[in-house]
Amino acid sequence: MSDVILQLDSISKKFDGKDILKDFNLELHRNEFVTLLGPSGCGKSTTLRIIGGFVKPDSGRVLFDGTDITNLPPEKRNVNTVFQKYSLFPHMTVAENIAFGLKLKKKSSKYIADKIDYALKLVNMEGYGGRNPESLSGGQQQRVAIARAIVNEPEILLLDEPLGALDLKLRHDMQRELIKIKKEVGITFLYVTHDQEEALMMSDRILVMNKGIIQQEGSSKSIYDEPQNAFVADFIGESNIIDGIMVKDLLVKIQGVDIPCVDTGFGTNTPVDVVIRPEDLEVVSKEEGFLKGTVTSVIFKGAYYEIKVLSDGYEWMIQSVNPAPVGEVVGLTVLPDNIQIMHKPASDDEEVVRDE
Amino acid sequence: MVRKLKKALSGIYVTLIGILLYAPILVLIILSFNDSRSRVTWGGFTLDWYARLFANSQIMDALWTTVLLALGSAVISVLIGVPGAIGIHAMSRRGYRAFMLLTNIPMLNADIVTGIALMLWFVHFLPLGFGSVLLAHITFNIPYVILSVMPRLQTMNISVYEATRDLGAGPVYSFFKVLLPQMAGGILSGFFMAFTMSMDDFVITYFTKGAGINTLSTMIYGQIRKGIKPELYALSTLIFIIVLIILTVFQFVSGRRERNKTYKERYNE
Repeated sequence: MSDVILQLDSISKKFDGKDILKDFNLELHRNEFVTLLGPSGCGKSTTLRIIGGFVKPDSGRVLFDGTDITNLPPEKRNVNTVFQKYSLFPHMTVAENIAFGLKLKKKSSKYIADKIDYALKLVNMEGYGGRNPESLSGGQQQRVAIARAIVNEPEILLLDEPLGALDLKLRHDMQRELIKIKKEVGITFLYVTHDQEEALMMSDRILVMNKGIIQQEGSSKSIYDEPQNAFVADFIGESNIIDGIMVKDLLVKIQGVDIPCVDTGFGTNTPVDVVIRPEDLEVVSKEEGFLKGTVTSVIFKGAYYEIKVLSDGYEWMIQSVNPAPVGEVVGLTVLPDNIQIMHKPASDDEEVVRDE
Repeated sequence: MVRKLKKALSGIYVTLIGILLYAPILVLIILSFNDSRSRVTWGGFTLDWYARLFANSQIMDALWTTVLLALGSAVISVLIGVPGAIGIHAMSRRGYRAFMLLTNIPMLNADIVTGIALMLWFVHFLPLGFGSVLLAHITFNIPYVILSVMPRLQTMNISVYEATRDLGAGPVYSFFKVLLPQMAGGILSGFFMAFTMSMDDFVITYFTKGAGINTLSTMIYGQIRKGIKPELYALSTLIFIIVLIILTVFQFVSGRRERNKTYKERYNE
């Protein structure tokens, strides 16, 4: 039994002549929580629907456990989907909804009853079996949808922005619950979202997508700490992205100032993109900072102040626990460790970085 | 004082409208029990006209033809219209607009134009008779079915269909088990609409029926020259009461569904 459960082999898909996926490759391992993260229209939902069998790729193959399932209809695939809009059957009770797939598989009624109990317990909905789906709240409906998918014991569970319609508090609860469910059932989860916080919190592995191409792939931490291009840096969390010149190893020039960093291998005097996270910048007196600028605004955000400092035409964003006086000239410092250097993309289309 | 006057006036107004709308029908109903051929004098209560009605084979034939036509055309229009609506719904925006326009035209078109056009068409290809009238009725009924099913389709969550496929159901099973039950309300109202439209039609039927067969409307029209017999008052009364019963039941059922909905919406997020 190989560790790779699903493989997308150079999948391409066009809608109305527009490329949605271009030569797309993806491998899913057993018992892994993978998230496809990207803005709307980036191809993440199409990828999911291709795996679910609802969309046929124009070219390329879908391999499930080594077998080609590209032309298999959805009902013949050992994957199940949790849809964004719950999609419960309104004319059936919660229990009947959950039993739907099992009845089709001609399971015994004892087996089905046991499974319904197990699934309701798993999603924390005991006692709701006789209820009508439309009498449930959005969060409860989504739990039922998860239960309905999981009782079929799929090897991969596909989740298409399942928490998109829920409010923030409920979304946080459901995120924790999803992790719990994932641990309990021990199958592969492929999760699609545009919410970077959600992706960072839940995933073993994140694939950041844009324009039908994987921009970066890696763990939550590596994606947040070491974005490989401006798109990823911008999409994941908030970032200051600015033009710089790599003077030599360990030294980068930003706004005419040489600042020590930890990156090497960019050559000498190479134009690069520099990323500094707002929480990594520190406001100091103007004599102490690498950079000097005027504080243009300070906004209290609860856990921190969001400070904007205008320096040489670029507005730096800083998150700090201390406020700064608006209108005054201050200095900015950053630790060498917290400077992330990225190659400039050679062209717009080449906003692509592959891990290999 | 002014309030009282306002209330009284509005009461009078509504009563007046009610009388204008229903007095003629009330007169018709009373006349159907009138033991006199006169339309102005009351000759005592009788059920005689009802007895004669059921004994009159000409009227009974026409009634049978009318009901058969209404049922047949409504059923066939549903069978054609429902898949049609699903197909149109699945089209691109432009295709959808074009086909909905095509659907609307026959409904807004003057009956006489449709009637003559169908007649011209039919005389070339098939003998005029029950078959040609049935075809004509199906033709004008399909749009009504499509129009009453379409709103249901639009509010339906299409991923429900995908969910059934996802859970292991084939396309046919998904359609009958999940899509059809959700469309049932729209299909039912489409059916009744088609049924009523067929019952009601005179112009198109008149042009496409040929000799030999009659629906109630064409038969009554044919009798106008000889003077309308009181049996027909009895028949009209019966039809009115049947329609009233169907309408009341329908109101009751859909009214209850509406109440359930608001209840649900209250508890939904």
